[in-house]
Amino acid sequence: MKLIEDANQQALTRILEGEPRLIDIVPARELIPGLRERMILHAGPPISWDRMCGPMRGAVAGAIVFEGWAKDLPTATKLAANGEIEFHPNHHFGAVGPMTGMTTMSMPLFVVENARFSNRAYCAINEGLGKVMRFGGNDASVLNRLAWLRDVFGPTLGKAIRAAGGVDLKSIVARGLSMGDELHQRNLACSSVFLREIAPWMARTSTDNAVLAECLAFIGQNDQFFLNIAMAMGKAITDPANGIRGSTIVTTMCRNGTDFGIRVSGLGEQWFTAPVEMPEGLYFAGYSEKDANPDMGDSAIVETIGLGGFAMAAAPAVAGFVGAGAPSEAGNFTRSMGEITVAQNPEWTIAAMDFAGVPTGIDIRLVVDSGVVPVINTGIAHREPGIGQVGAGVVKAPLACFQQAIVAIAKDLGVS
Amino acid sequence: MTDQDRPQYQQLLARKVEVVNVGLEGFVKDLRDCGIDVVHVDWKPSAGGDPQMAALLAKLGV
Repeated sequence: MKLIEDANQQALTRILEGEPRLIDIVPARELIPGLRERMILHAGPPISWDRMCGPMRGAVAGAIVFEGWAKDLPTATKLAANGEIEFHPNHHFGAVGPMTGMTTMSMPLFVVENARFSNRAYCAINEGLGKVMRFGGNDASVLNRLAWLRDVFGPTLGKAIRAAGGVDLKSIVARGLSMGDELHQRNLACSSVFLREIAPWMARTSTDNAVLAECLAFIGQNDQFFLNIAMAMGKAITDPANGIRGSTIVTTMCRNGTDFGIRVSGLGEQWFTAPVEMPEGLYFAGYSEKDANPDMGDSAIVETIGLGGFAMAAAPAVAGFVGAGAPSEAGNFTRSMGEITVAQNPEWTIAAMDFAGVPTGIDIRLVVDSGVVPVINTGIAHREPGIGQVGAGVVKAPLACFQQAIVAIAKDLGVS
Repeated sequence: MTDQDRPQYQQLLARKVEVVNVGLEGFVKDLRDCGIDVVHVDWKPSAGGDPQMAALLAKLGV
């Protein structure tokens, strides 16, 4: 159908022409109009408190205490259960967040600008490993770290980013892919390259050596630091491709621990949801499948632009880490994703695939026709609030989301 | 009776059989167990065999 092919070409061009730059770190309330007291943005498609999973509820309670809307976690939980907190998806406000994806007014957010289309997208700072809010953690150690990110780390790194005149992200991703990252469960190379670029600017702009050392160590000790930057980059790249009538290209994939949701360019802001699946993967010592929560997070935005599970061939070590088979089988994931995408990204190539570009532009027609669904590399959260990450794995997007979208776009185009 | 006098299908089976298997992979093992060379083609019907969805996809250009 020519209308669809033309629309898809336009969507693909917009995705490939994106020029994402990290330009600042700013408190959320200064970036997001309408983000106010007693309002929480979360990962995934829309969801109400009564349908939220354990880690999401735990993170919500923690965020409420962090913002000072309740004095302790039990009071915070009551507040949320009584309908006194407003919930919205990050995606409705130009933002994304990993796992539970909490975004509240005082949290500092990375600002990524897509210079080609003059749009911006936001993501909170990665908290590191262990007990963290994105996995539902909410105790004093979690809230104290968030306060440090807000009061010390965010302002320090933001000053350095501004002094550097921003940081080009496409080139960091290109180098990371050639150094073993797939940008979802492995960000070691990109985090290191980012640190190499920003450290001199942090040194130039910092006035306190102890703070500088603490901030440099925080980045250096977190292999996943770059993930949140890559997520804001993914959002900044895909937003301009949304809203092209007739396009069957996916512009959003995300999950909230209960539902998996997608949005499709030709169908604008409409969500297509289905129950989210349980990741298949490996568990940390002492944990098993019975501890796991169904998948969650906006981080599947990296798969939406051809990274993560789509770029598994670039990161054979990840295949073992997420329980996806032998490292030599990593290429199968990337080849398989090539069956449901319309192009390769010539700027992001994989050496192990003879420098083929990462599979880009998920076409819902190809997904439903083939039955091959997007694969997403993911962390696994404990199903109870407040415990944190218990493993890592691979999750498949539910086919039902794509089937619903096919029916909707057919209706929109007058096809029956 | 010479080979040329047999019906065509019998001629086929009178020589070494080489198989291209399309779709269900289960047949491959049985044939290989019989010592037959098999090339498997991983194929599924459009939309998993859902005729309504397949018809929609055909109209949408797959």
